[in-house]
Amino acid sequence: MKIKFTLNYKDIEMDINPLMRTLDLLRKEFGLFSTKEGCGDGECGACAIILNDKIVNSCMVPVANIHGKEIVTIEGLEKTERYSILKKSFEDAGAVQCGFCIPGMMMAAEALFRRHKTPTLEQIKEGISGNLCRCTGYNMIIEAIELATERGKEIW
Amino acid sequence: MVENYIPNSLDEALEIVSEKDSLLFAGGSDLMIKNKSWTGDLCINKSTVFIGNVPELKKIFIEENTLYVGACATCDDIMESDIVPEYIKDVMATMASPAIRNTATIGGNICNSSPVADSLPLLYSCESKLVLEKKDSKRVVDIVDFITSPGRNIIESDEILTKIIIPLNNFNHTLFRKVGTRNSIALAKLSFMGMADIDENNNEIKDIRLSFGAVAPTIVKNKDIEQEIISYKKLDEEKISVIINKYSNIILPITDQRSDKEYRKEVALRLLKKFLKELS
Repeated sequence: MKIKFTLNYKDIEMDINPLMRTLDLLRKEFGLFSTKEGCGDGECGACAIILNDKIVNSCMVPVANIHGKEIVTIEGLEKTERYSILKKSFEDAGAVQCGFCIPGMMMAAEALFRRHKTPTLEQIKEGISGNLCRCTGYNMIIEAIELATERGKEIW
Repeated sequence: MVENYIPNSLDEALEIVSEKDSLLFAGGSDLMIKNKSWTGDLCINKSTVFIGNVPELKKIFIEENTLYVGACATCDDIMESDIVPEYIKDVMATMASPAIRNTATIGGNICNSSPVADSLPLLYSCESKLVLEKKDSKRVVDIVDFITSPGRNIIESDEILTKIIIPLNNFNHTLFRKVGTRNSIALAKLSFMGMADIDENNNEIKDIRLSFGAVAPTIVKNKDIEQEIISYKKLDEEKISVIINKYSNIILPITDQRSDKEYRKEVALRLLKKFLKELS
């Protein structure tokens, strides 16, 4: 089936199985490995991407449902100032240990900043509530997002 | 021949379902898991119609004190809407996680017809109606009559749930509780939605709605007991225990991996008691 979408600001049109998971499309067809498969059931957020400005779990979205929409992954953000602020904040707060949840956490943070320019602690907690991290206990990730809120207040 | 469709309009979607025995697919948060194959891809052996982005199915509007919600409005669409009352948004906010709320639709939650569905106690308490459309006709059914048993409902293969009709009555007391293991991404052990309209002058009960989720094969809501409570006008300790006894007979939960039947029943009745005490 012909599916049209925008991937990291590039227009794409391809003939593909509409029942495929967007997660597999990104990893297998485009080699975008920042999108991880954790649980595959929509519970862990490791596969989070931004679809039309909103965070979604790519393991729960069949390719048919991205038709006509815009996808952004970490690879698409990589060259932006938003990303460098987020990355530096995560590093400085010690938010990254094993790292598996981090692309999803950064997507959640990016989606949060797209909605709230200066998120409160409650909003930060809610923003990452769909992302599981088994290393940090979340406190350092929350600190990283608070740090990023301050550092990026001009650009969010 | 199994074919897949992404219709652009409701008419197109109705045309397809009138001709083909097909699976309607909206946000996917239930269907992706139910139909997952070992590779992760969906394995569906009939035609699939992806209706999640049909514009007519996403509209939310108010007419004559009634809220109309398109079946493919996501939880997030409902939460972000300026016209939806807070007590409805509060229920949506307890569902899953932000990422799932951005894809999961209210119509999907209803048609999946699970006894633990988070939106159902609210929709039952509001005495919502559902619009089921076919190519050339439509019918409006009460939500109580729609769901028949866990996972089963009366929708026909050529019908699409298009709208949810929610009458906006003036309830000045509401209590919603979802009891789960954690706040986010949890399926409910049980849930309760109590709504009441109390006369501000004499404190008499003018209207009351009590719905319980995950404590029976379908949502528990009993019109007869509600009418009886209204006939009492005011509640005291004695009447409250009469009411609790009545509900105790119709709350019949099961034990499963999430909780056991004793806990579910006890907590459901305590929430009922808490709500009734707030009214007296």
